[in-house]
Amino acid sequence: MPAFAAVILIFGLIKRVRVFDEFTEGAKEGLGTLYTIAPSVLGLVFAVSLLKTSGAVDVICSALKPAADFLGFPEELVPMALLRPVSGSGATALLVQVFQDSGPDSFAGRVASVLAGSSETTFYATAMYYGCVRIKNIRHTLVAAVAADLTAAIMSVITVNLFFYGNQ
Amino acid sequence: MINYIWSIIVILSVICSIFLGNTESLSSAFIDSAASAVNLIITLAGVICLWSGIMRIAAKSGLTAVFARLFSPLLKPIFPRLDRESEAFGCITMNLTANLLGLGNTATPLGLKAMRELQRLNGYGDTASDEMVIFVVMNTASMQLIPTMLATLRQSSGSSAPFEIIAPVWISSGCALAVALMIACTGNKLKRRLG
Repeated sequence: MPAFAAVILIFGLIKRVRVFDEFTEGAKEGLGTLYTIAPSVLGLVFAVSLLKTSGAVDVICSALKPAADFLGFPEELVPMALLRPVSGSGATALLVQVFQDSGPDSFAGRVASVLAGSSETTFYATAMYYGCVRIKNIRHTLVAAVAADLTAAIMSVITVNLFFYGNQ
Repeated sequence: MINYIWSIIVILSVICSIFLGNTESLSSAFIDSAASAVNLIITLAGVICLWSGIMRIAAKSGLTAVFARLFSPLLKPIFPRLDRESEAFGCITMNLTANLLGLGNTATPLGLKAMRELQRLNGYGDTASDEMVIFVVMNTASMQLIPTMLATLRQSSGSSAPFEIIAPVWISSGCALAVALMIACTGNKLKRRLG
């Protein structure tokens, strides 16, 4: 990341940009951005923390257990898969938990890794991007985004089986 | 849509806590979450301002245009209505480049700027344009060339081969992105046919 910044700075100096003036101007724009996303961030952090502390996450997980079994999806990863679309830091915490419980090179550990690497914090990103421009009707965005997360969950099991265990 | 999801999460949590007898910890979470959200926002403030500043230098020096030219052949078919020289197109290419390089904190301010540009082209309505749907969907499907953060976590947990998951990650995220784009584009075409 620092290298990326340095490349930009050098390029700016070559093109004779007044780099510090432009930097402060940009940072000011950043404050404006922050001002517009702060309410959505607050609302989402609130909702996710309620979901975790109320035990609702566990209830949803036990309801989804049959579907997870059917797909060959490791049961201990269901909480992480569910949390991934809403909270990046929460999912990372659960990922480390899986690594500690089953080991990073176990089946569950590998599936968890691939899932973490191929999905994003869907709800958070969607709410933040649309929130900052005050879009109310997001049309089919969530359908497509959730389908992508589901694909990532299914593909993580398939690819790990394919690459490390030589079968489907 | 987000209105319903948000309400369902909150209401479901309250109902669950009543049945599971967690009402007290829920009450404290009610207040604590607001405080931790403010913490998160303040943590974000530094990086967002820093990268907005640096990316402004990139924009002013024409580096954005260089990246946009590199990626535009790939992105042009996905955003057929956008002008390749427009600021929106430039922000989108820079955002996706930063995502690809795993610079999440760099990507976010650029993505927000791209959304503002798209919203300007959208005439400040409250309904998402086709381009917005595709852009947000591309951002929710993770594309990373080298998942450094993931590999670091694996290594610190004692993995013997922290990078062994790269190829499965590429395939898996490639499939996820393909599915997302397919649904987004089909949805856009349907609307045009009906409208």
